[in-house]
Amino acid sequence: MKGGFVIITNNPLVEEKLGKDQDVEYENLSFEETLKKVRDRIYLGHRLLTHPLSGSVKPNETPYKSVMVSKQAGALDLRSAEIIESAIHACGKFQFRSDKYKPEVYKDFQVVDCTLIESAIPSVEYW
Amino acid sequence: MKLEVGHIFIKDIQFGAESKIEDGVLYVSEEAVKAIVLEDEKIKSVKLDIAKPGESVRITPVKDVIEPRVKVEGRGGIFPGVIAKVDTVGSGKTYALKGMAVVTAGKIVGFQEGIIDMSGPGADYTPFSKLNNLVVVCEPIDDIKQHDYEQAVRFAGFRVAVYLGELARELTPDETKVYETYGIMEGKEKFPNLPRVAYVQMLQSQGLLHDTYVYGVDAKKTLSTIMNPTEVMDGAIVSGNCVSACDKNPTYVHENNPVVHDLFEEHGKTINFVCQILTNENVYLADKMRSSDWTAKLCRLLDLDAVIVSQEGFGNPDTDLIMNCKKIEAEGVKTVIITDEYAGRDGKSQSLADADPAADAVVTGGNANQVIILPKMDKVIGMLDYVNTIAGGNEHSLREDGTIEVEIQAITGATNETGFNCLSAR
Repeated sequence: MKGGFVIITNNPLVEEKLGKDQDVEYENLSFEETLKKVRDRIYLGHRLLTHPLSGSVKPNETPYKSVMVSKQAGALDLRSAEIIESAIHACGKFQFRSDKYKPEVYKDFQVVDCTLIESAIPSVEYW
Repeated sequence: MKLEVGHIFIKDIQFGAESKIEDGVLYVSEEAVKAIVLEDEKIKSVKLDIAKPGESVRITPVKDVIEPRVKVEGRGGIFPGVIAKVDTVGSGKTYALKGMAVVTAGKIVGFQEGIIDMSGPGADYTPFSKLNNLVVVCEPIDDIKQHDYEQAVRFAGFRVAVYLGELARELTPDETKVYETYGIMEGKEKFPNLPRVAYVQMLQSQGLLHDTYVYGVDAKKTLSTIMNPTEVMDGAIVSGNCVSACDKNPTYVHENNPVVHDLFEEHGKTINFVCQILTNENVYLADKMRSSDWTAKLCRLLDLDAVIVSQEGFGNPDTDLIMNCKKIEAEGVKTVIITDEYAGRDGKSQSLADADPAADAVVTGGNANQVIILPKMDKVIGMLDYVNTIAGGNEHSLREDGTIEVEIQAITGATNETGFNCLSAR
C-alpha cells in the first residue's frame, strides 16, 4: 500500500514539508472547494483514506484542509461518498471567518493541519 | 480492584510564604510553584493568579484543568507514565483536593480557545467556574515550536498539581468514597442476575493539540483496550488537547469522569459495572475500522449486555462513534451514546456528521453553536487579544463595550460529552 495514496491539500506547508517524499496535490482553494475536489475524486472511484473533518478546528475557522485518497481508482466506494458528502454539508453550519485572523495565525493553522495529515502516514505503511 | 478516594475540601486558595493546607484553606507559595514550572527550560516566565467563584474574572485561553491528587497507599503514583513511574494504579488509597483546580493557560496557537468566566451568564456554562482556581500562565522561550510549547505547558500543569496534591498526604479526608470492581468470573458470581455493563470511552487522538495519553502512551498508537475504571481516578488518562474547548476532556474530567462515577453508583444495585474500554479517534479511516472492530470484539468477549459510549470532539470522531455503536449493537450488546451537537446557530442543521439507525439511544451535551453574550469582566487572566479568533468568535466578538459574542463552543466544558457540564433539559 506504500505510496498508494495522494494528499489533496490547500495547505502550502503540506506541499513544502511532505511534497518531496509523498504524492501531494496542492491547489490554492478554499476549505470547501478542497473537500469538493476530494468528492469529485471519490466519484471517479478513488477511496477516501482519512477523515475530511479531521481536527477539532472547525471548517470555515481554519482555511486549510488536507485529505488522503487512494491513488488507484476502482468501483465507487459508497462509504467514502457518504463521509465526504456529510463533511461538505457540515461546512454550512459554521460561520465563515477564515479571513479574520492576524497574519501569524495562518502559520499555526497550517502546522496543525499538517500534523493531522502526518499522523495518518505511519498507518498507510501497514495497510 | 478497590480504591478509596479521600476528599479534602478546599474552600479557599491564598498565596502565602509556605505552601500548606490548613482548615480547608490552600496556601500557595508563589516562589515554590514558579520554580516547579520553570524546571522546564522551554518556559521563559510564569505568572500565577487565583480565580474564585463569583469574582468578575475571565480566564482565557485555557489549556487544561487539573485536580491535584496524591497516592497515599497502594501501587504507583498520580499520572503514571507521565509524572510517576509506570505502575498499575487504581487500588489502595488516594486523596483529592476537592473544590479547586490548577488551570493552565497560555497561547499555544493563535486561534486558541477556552474561556472560564467566574461569574455572569458564562459561568453557568462551565463547571470550572464553581472551583477555586490556581491559574498558571506560561510564556515560552522565543521561537519555540508549537509541539514543544504544548508539551511544556501540559507537563507544567501536572507537576504543579502533584506538588499541591502532596500537601494533603498527612491530612485526614473530610469524606471517603470507595470504588470496587471485580474479576470477570468473580463479578458474575457476585451479581449473577445483574446486567453486565461497560463504559466505552473514546479518546481524542488526531495529532498536535488533539492528543490524549494513557499511562504516558499516545492514544493514537494504541489498540482498543480494557482497564479498571478506578485507574482513571489516579490520573491514568491525561489530556494533551487544547482545541475545541466545549467538548474536549480536560484532565480534571478524566480524573472525575461522571460516566464512571454514575456507573459505580449503580454497581451492584442495578448493574454489574464490568470495566472501562478505551478506544481512539484517529484520522486514518482504516485505523477507525480496526479500533471499532476491536472495541466490538472486546464487548462480545466480555459477554456484556450493554455499554455507554462517550465521544470526544466533533466531525472526525462522529464517524468513530457511529462505527462503534453499529458494530457493538451488531454483537447483540445494547448501546447508549453520549455526544454533543453542532446544529447551527438556529439549531436546525444536522447535529452530527454521521448517523445510523443503530444509534437509537443518544444523550446530548448540547448545541455547541448556541450563541451567548458574555459581559465585560473586571479582570482577565491570560490574554484577551485572542478572543476574536477563538472557536465560535468572529470579527465582532470583542465589542466596544467589552462584551463578547461567542458560540458556547468557546467555553471550557460547555457541551462536554461525558456529561461533565451544566446544560440540561430539566
